[in-house]
Amino acid sequence: MLDVAVAHDRFRFLGNEFLTWLWYVIESEPDHLRRIDENLTALELGNRLVVQNHRQQTTETVTIRGDEAGMEEGILALKKGALVAEINLTYRSGDQTWHFSLKGEDLQLSGLKVPQTAPVESGEDIEGAVIEKAALCQRSIDLIDGLYFEFLRLRLDDLWTAKVLPRMRGWIGSKNSPKNRQTA
Amino acid sequence: MGFLSPTSALTRYRVEGRIPGPVLEAVREGLTAHRIDDIDNGAEQKSFGWTRIDHPFQPQFDDSSFAIGDMFVFALRIDKKSIPPKVVKKHLNLELARRKLESGRDFLSRSEKQMAKEHVLNVLSLRIPAVPNVFDVVWHHDASELWCFSTQKAANDTLETLFTRSFKLTLIRLFPYTLAELRAGLSSAQRDVLEKLTPTHFAE
Repeated sequence: MLDVAVAHDRFRFLGNEFLTWLWYVIESEPDHLRRIDENLTALELGNRLVVQNHRQQTTETVTIRGDEAGMEEGILALKKGALVAEINLTYRSGDQTWHFSLKGEDLQLSGLKVPQTAPVESGEDIEGAVIEKAALCQRSIDLIDGLYFEFLRLRLDDLWTAKVLPRMRGWIGSKNSPKNRQTA
Repeated sequence: MGFLSPTSALTRYRVEGRIPGPVLEAVREGLTAHRIDDIDNGAEQKSFGWTRIDHPFQPQFDDSSFAIGDMFVFALRIDKKSIPPKVVKKHLNLELARRKLESGRDFLSRSEKQMAKEHVLNVLSLRIPAVPNVFDVVWHHDASELWCFSTQKAANDTLETLFTRSFKLTLIRLFPYTLAELRAGLSSAQRDVLEKLTPTHFAE
């Protein structure tokens, strides 16, 4: 294994490619997601998406926010070579819902909201609450691992350039771009 | 933003190495030996150490309440005194004037000024309480995985240092490359491809 600090910089692109693939799969191959997580009811884009384009010494960032936000700005950025740097997701399994954001660079979770657990009213409730909360956090981590390992399986195979990449390029090309764009 | 909060943030680690001998006792010893020291009545400006998740201001690990199921659940506490720069400036100004008067000179050397500044910071630190920040930690011992409920770089760096000091084990942050290497179960052929991987250009 490479030195961790070296590997972090050397493979910085890998997480952003994963999130870009994830956006494509959510939009175009939802059945693929159910094969990865058999308990998945739905995986949806949430209310925030960040795309970044690293060109020479500069980084152009487009942030799309809001529950009703259109993703056209993001698609335009992808057409210009950007990748998804951060994605907000809603994961539904049965009648339970998780919300979280995932950063491509380090796959850290932020804004993690798991299904509601019983309130902690006394010290005696702590143990049960910890076990329940840990199990719910584990569900979101298992989902991310399942998705990421599937991405790796494709990315490290000839399938990536032969099949996945052409489909993703077709998806990016088929999406409409806005007439006017604003960058943040 | 802690573990039991409605909303949280999480950084994942792989725990490298195993504790030899009785694990529960070794963890208790590590937590106790490196529990947070209160600095409210001292001149120190920063302190960090372990505390309890349920009683972050009573860092005692006498019972086994930090062991829950197959997890060890505790917290990193970082206490820091923040003295406003303008307060430092005011008291330093007064201290420099006092020292000049005492010495009978109208100037002070660089080292004398530095000593005066350290004195002022010590005196002010005794009067200002530290601001505590608590970051919950869940250690899945059997799975060799640890969650730190913070994505702040300073908190993560402190955690990594303190964890190694306390348990003689190393934490490896799980980011895309390390997750692939350590958790994805890649074949040697896949590892070879990974090592040589270059960015994909999605735009045509």
